[in-house]
Amino acid sequence: MEQFFATLGIWLGALFTFAIFSFLYKDNPFYKTAEQIFVGLSAGYWFVYTVFSILIPNLYDPLTQDFSTNWIKIIPAILGIMMLMRLIPKTEWVSRFPISVVIGTTSGVFFLRYLKSDVLNQLTATMINPFAGENWVIVIGQIMLIVGTICGVIYFYFSKKHTGVLGVSAKIGIYFLMVSFGAAFGYTAMARISLLIGRLQFLLGDWLGIIQP
Amino acid sequence: MKRKIPLLITFTVGIILIISEFIPHKPFGQLSGELEIWFLIISGFAILLGQLSLFKVNILKIKYKQRDWQFYTITLISFIIMVTLGFLWGTGKSAGMLGQGEVISNILGYKPFDYLFHNIYQHLQATMFSLLAFFIASAAYRAFIGRTVESNLLLVSAVLVMLGNTTLGSLLTGWLPESLNFLHLPKISEFIMTFPTTAGQRAIMIGAGLGIIGSSLRIILGIERSYLGGE
Amino acid sequence: MGKSKQIDRRWLFLLIFFGVALPLIFTIGLPLETTKNVQMVYDLVDSMPKGSKALISFDYDPASMPELHPMAKALVKHCFDKDINLIFTAMWPMGVQMVDDIINQLKDDYPDLNYGEDYVNLGFKAGAMITIQSMGKNFREVFPKDMNGNSIDELPIMDGINNFSNIGFVFSLSAGAPGIKEWVQIAHDAYGRPTSGGCTGVSAPAMLPYINEQKQLTGLLAGLKAAAEYELLINTPGTATSGMDAQSIAHLIILIFIAIGNINYWRDKKAGKKGGK
Repeated sequence: MEQFFATLGIWLGALFTFAIFSFLYKDNPFYKTAEQIFVGLSAGYWFVYTVFSILIPNLYDPLTQDFSTNWIKIIPAILGIMMLMRLIPKTEWVSRFPISVVIGTTSGVFFLRYLKSDVLNQLTATMINPFAGENWVIVIGQIMLIVGTICGVIYFYFSKKHTGVLGVSAKIGIYFLMVSFGAAFGYTAMARISLLIGRLQFLLGDWLGIIQP
Repeated sequence: MKRKIPLLITFTVGIILIISEFIPHKPFGQLSGELEIWFLIISGFAILLGQLSLFKVNILKIKYKQRDWQFYTITLISFIIMVTLGFLWGTGKSAGMLGQGEVISNILGYKPFDYLFHNIYQHLQATMFSLLAFFIASAAYRAFIGRTVESNLLLVSAVLVMLGNTTLGSLLTGWLPESLNFLHLPKISEFIMTFPTTAGQRAIMIGAGLGIIGSSLRIILGIERSYLGGE
Repeated sequence: MGKSKQIDRRWLFLLIFFGVALPLIFTIGLPLETTKNVQMVYDLVDSMPKGSKALISFDYDPASMPELHPMAKALVKHCFDKDINLIFTAMWPMGVQMVDDIINQLKDDYPDLNYGEDYVNLGFKAGAMITIQSMGKNFREVFPKDMNGNSIDELPIMDGINNFSNIGFVFSLSAGAPGIKEWVQIAHDAYGRPTSGGCTGVSAPAMLPYINEQKQLTGLLAGLKAAAEYELLINTPGTATSGMDAQSIAHLIILIFIAIGNINYWRDKKAGKKGGK
């Protein structure tokens, strides 16, 4: 029986794979059906995991098993229920209170973490000795790293018109950004093709048995 | 009061978290730790809100018989089935309301929730994203034209990285002697990624980081209030 | 002369389909070389003493499985070979199923592995960066139980884990946010733990600035090629290695499309100039 359902599962996977691929020819009811099943299953999955992974272990269990130590968790429980009031238009304003806790927490943490990791550490990482490389290729690269970072940051300064020295630096900055976008495209193409490779490995391997998985 | 109290809450919470970074002792350390756990719990409710909103939107579309309403019925049915199976028999080794579901697991090979995930959802999502492979090829053919200096730089960089990222790149320039190793396609690709790409991405990161710092301060100080919505 | 006729894109789709499918059936076996960033990840894992603990966060879903699953399998295999105890978490809900799948794939190779002693799956938590920061302060309050409902006080692998202090390194397999960025910002920059990551090709360029002298990120596995390189380093070819031929041919097809598009453009531009004279 288990073998039957295992085989059925593979055939269901192949069926839904072709239903989605049919969109490449043109939009059709099979694709639309598969798409809506995907949306429904995804929402259901998130719902179940949120309850089992967060609300039960971090809220329900502490309150029911040891209320005297964890009584303060009543507050986030109330705030959570206030969040759900957003569903009813008349009580939507109640959700502002939990949202403000969330936004305040996020803003406070982001202010610190982005300042350290994405600004200070990145500036420090750019302050390297470019001539301390193993060979001339590395030295040229390190010079490009310093010049590219500075000129790239200058490009994003829009409070002054990009003319003169500022204009030349901004132009160099754009060139570095274009190289970086080209490289990003190359990696994106690799990523997308990899996803297709994965699907074909399933169809040719698990479903048809033509290739070894 | 409907706007003033939330603004005050945002300010207080934001300031506590910033101060706790510099004064990790009582009460700031404890308060920030507690706020972070509250955030986790409220996030859980926020996720539930998202799913219930989806449910509500689909119900309304079916009720008012909007275009393609029949397909939204399928969404709701799939959602209800997935949630029901998850709550009845659980997932993985965690039990549901009816226990671990050993009998049904022996028949299906998985719990029902996991069976749907592995044999339907996983394939649907993977295939949906694999469509992008086709579209990127089509887009590259139509739009990737070298018209200006900037677009030529983009094109050359993309071509070199795409070749260097594959085993084909290793084959094409594998015959080069050691002295010309820097012209080996994988090495060129690595150079492009390590230096000019990193420089460009670092500039973006610093700019975006400064923007986020500015936005965070504006939110904490109550200058930015769009998250409160209307009225 | 009129504009070059654009090919119907469905023919291009068919060409891509066969360009990927045929090399999977008729393998070519093109050579593969390792790169510096992948070697750094390998060296980090290889340098860990026996019995040390590592935290691996599965921050991806089935959409990114083709790229991240092979590198996850290779990394976990390497860790088990080095007797590194693994604590699995997930900042994406589907990451939990990804962990289970990897363990199921490897359990026959490692029949002596004990859940709770050699590895544990703590499950999913929402909250991204805030939750990770909370883990660094009070790990046990964020994860009072594991994925299966067992109290973490009963799990030997979790002895002494109250924050990130006793964790050898942190690794995030990431398809977006939350992912590597958040782990770098907290685990490394706030709590000083060595942090590394594996990501999809799409996210890779944005992670590169973190590979610097401060070692915000110790190496990076970027995409399917990096997964194939890691399989090569641990001498265990897998799905990533077998996909590289198809990757090469597909890239070649895209480059040919780009060349044709450019030739058509310049030919039309030249024809337009001649017509205008």
